[in-house]
Amino acid sequence: MMVQCKIGAIKGILPHEWITRFLFGGAVCVLAGLMSKWFGPEFGGLFLAFPAIFPAGACLVEAHERKHKARAGFDGTQRGRTVAGIDAAGAAMGCVGLAGFALVCWLSLRHLNAAAVFALATAAWFVVSMAVWRLRKSRIFRRRRPAVRQAFRPS
Amino acid sequence: MTEYIIRFLIGGAVVSIFAVLAEMLRPKSFAGLFSAAPSIALATIGITIARHGAAYAAVESRSMILAAMGFLVYASACSWVLMRKKVRALTATAALLPVWFGVSAGLLWILGARP
Repeated sequence: MMVQCKIGAIKGILPHEWITRFLFGGAVCVLAGLMSKWFGPEFGGLFLAFPAIFPAGACLVEAHERKHKARAGFDGTQRGRTVAGIDAAGAAMGCVGLAGFALVCWLSLRHLNAAAVFALATAAWFVVSMAVWRLRKSRIFRRRRPAVRQAFRPS
Repeated sequence: MTEYIIRFLIGGAVVSIFAVLAEMLRPKSFAGLFSAAPSIALATIGITIARHGAAYAAVESRSMILAAMGFLVYASACSWVLMRKKVRALTATAALLPVWFGVSAGLLWILGARP
């Protein structure tokens, strides 16, 4: 399956959506710091993997798909939800990479400098996430659920 | 106070960058990988190392592994609900957020908080 990058999709993001994401992302980072300060690094560390991007992204994907179908004169409610579900499945696969990032940080932070750890951990996140996604898309695991088939059937 | 202002600005910027990447990429299952990008960790671990040292950041990273597992369960639950139930994305993602916290904190409690 070909991966595409649509630069034009940026135009579809409304100003309030940019602001919401910036404020939410900033607030979660402050929350992570405060949790570590108040309850210690063990508990505060949990907030380093807080779902900061996913909920807003899923809502945005759903809204854009619904609008896209509405412009063509169809009710895109179910399709919007299904595409948001596919996005969520992708996020679940990305979590394996996120765990890989954290594992590299945990094992190497005491031994390497911060820049090297960041580079290694980010590479680990990307490679592991891609590997899981490729594996999921391979013939071994590929199957289309009835709900997905229904949503993509021509109306 | 300055530390938290820096955290807020860097965190907001990094989360926005990954969110835009997720918006631009197709197919959506691939874009979803960027919804679970280590944005908060990238934005804050550097500040944590500068302020508290590498050992402190390593302890945080260990807990992050457990929270990533919680995120995996949360995202899978969201996907299942959105695919099979007539629920809006906002409702599903907000209502299931306690799943992330419950699994993450539960794993931390079960495995113990050893440095």
